[in-house]
Amino acid sequence: MHEMSLCEGIRSVIEGATDRKVTRVRLEIGRFAGVEKNALEFAFDVVMRGSVAEGADLVFIDLPGHALCYDCVKEVEIMNRLDPCPTCGGGRLMPQGGDEMRIKDLEVI
Amino acid sequence: MCTVCGCGDAKLEGHQHHHHDHGYHHHPHHGDIHFGHGPAGVAVPGMSQERLIEIETDILAKNDRYALENRKRLASLGAFAVNLVSSPGSGKTTLLCKTIEHLAQTPLAVIEGDQQTANDADRIRATGAPAIQVNTGKGCHLDGHMVGHAMEHLDLAHGSFLFIENVGNLVCPAAFDLGEDCKIAILSVTEGEDKPLKYPDMFTAARLAILNKVDLAPYCDVDLDLYETNLRRVNPAIDILRVSARTGEGMAAWISWLNARRAEKILQRAAE
Ligand SMILES: Nc1nc2c(ncn2[C@@H]2O[C@H](COP(=O)(O)OP(=O)(O)O)[C@@H](O)[C@H]2O)c(=O)[nH]1
Ligand SMILES: [Mg+2]
Ligand SMILES: [Zn+2]
Repeated sequence: MHEMSLCEGIRSVIEGATDRKVTRVRLEIGRFAGVEKNALEFAFDVVMRGSVAEGADLVFIDLPGHALCYDCVKEVEIMNRLDPCPTCGGGRLMPQGGDEMRIKDLEVI
Repeated sequence: MCTVCGCGDAKLEGHQHHHHDHGYHHHPHHGDIHFGHGPAGVAVPGMSQERLIEIETDILAKNDRYALENRKRLASLGAFAVNLVSSPGSGKTTLLCKTIEHLAQTPLAVIEGDQQTANDADRIRATGAPAIQVNTGKGCHLDGHMVGHAMEHLDLAHGSFLFIENVGNLVCPAAFDLGEDCKIAILSVTEGEDKPLKYPDMFTAARLAILNKVDLAPYCDVDLDLYETNLRRVNPAIDILRVSARTGEGMAAWISWLNARRAEKILQRAAE
C-alpha cells in the first residue's frame, strides 16, 4: 500500500508550513480516494516520528463521491464505487471528484 | 538538472559520489536508479503565529509538481508518454518488446519500474531500444520525481514515444501522476473477469485497457465480453483492445491506437 508515501507527503507539507509543535492534523479524504484509513493512521504514527507532528492526532473529514451517469447523463452522488445510478438505475458511472486527498489544516501550540 | 527538486546535475556517473538528500543513488551499470535506501528528505520550516494553520494542500502536491515538470518537458519535445499499469505478470514487458519491433520507424525510449532487478530494462535493451531501470526498493509505485530523473538520462528525441512500465501493482500506481499523457491498464485474460470491479481505481484512471494473452482464452473458460462489460462499468469511456503479445493478434490495432494518440498530441500543440 502507498499509505507510507502519503504520510511522507503529509510530513513534507507540514514541515514546509510550520516549525511549531503540531497537535492535530485534519485531512479531507474523498470517498473514492482509495485510502485505507487504518493503514494511514498506522503509517502516520511511524512517519511523523522525529518531526514537529510526532504524536499529533489525525482527523479525517470524509468528502462525498460524485459520478456522471453515462445512461441518464446526470451528476449523482453515490456511496460506493460500484453502486448503480440512483436516478435511472444505470451501471455505467464515471467518478467526478471524490478522489481528494488534502491536508485541510493544522492545530499548533 | 532537476528543476523542481534542485538536486543538481543528475549525471549517470559521479552521482553516487556526492551526498544526495532524496534517498536514491545510481547503479554504476547502465545508469539504473535505485530508490528507497537513503535518509528522509529535509524541509525548510516556515513560521506562523496562528494556532490553526490553514493548509488546503493536496497530500500529493509535491508529486504533482514533479509530474507537471515532466509533462512540460514532454510537451516541449512533442513526445507522447504512456504509463503502463497492471498486476505483475500480465505481460507488460513482453508487450513492450513486441511494440518496439512494430514501431521500428519511430524514436522511443522506455523507463522500467520494479522493486528490484534490472531484468526488464535488460530485456528492452536487447531489442536495441534505450531503456533505464528504476528500482523503487520498498516502494510500490513509480512517482513523478523518479520519472523526472529517469527522463534526464534518456535523451528523448523529438516526437518520440516514452513508455513507462510501472511497478506491478493494481492499486497504488493509480494515485501517482508521472506526467504521462495517459495510463494504460494491461489485464491478462487469466486474471479473472471481476478484477476491474475489485480494483476499480486503476481502470477508472486508464484511457485504454489492453486485454492481453487472448491466445490463452480457449484454455481458461474466460468470457472476454464480460471483461469488457466490467471494464465499462468502472470506466464507461475506456478504450479496450484484445491483444496477444505472444501471437501478435491485435498488435496492429494497438500500434494504430498509439500513433493516433501521438498524432492528436501533435495537432493539439499546433492549435495552441
Ligand atoms: N500466452 C501468453 N503469454 C504471455 C503473453 N504476454 C506475456 N506472456 C507471458 O507472461 C509472463 C509474464 O510476462 P511479463 O512481460 O514479464 O509481464 P510483466 O510482469 O507484466 O512485465 C511471461 O512468461 C510472458 O512470456 C501473451 O500474450 N500470451
Ligand atoms: Mg515487467
Ligand atoms: Zn443514471
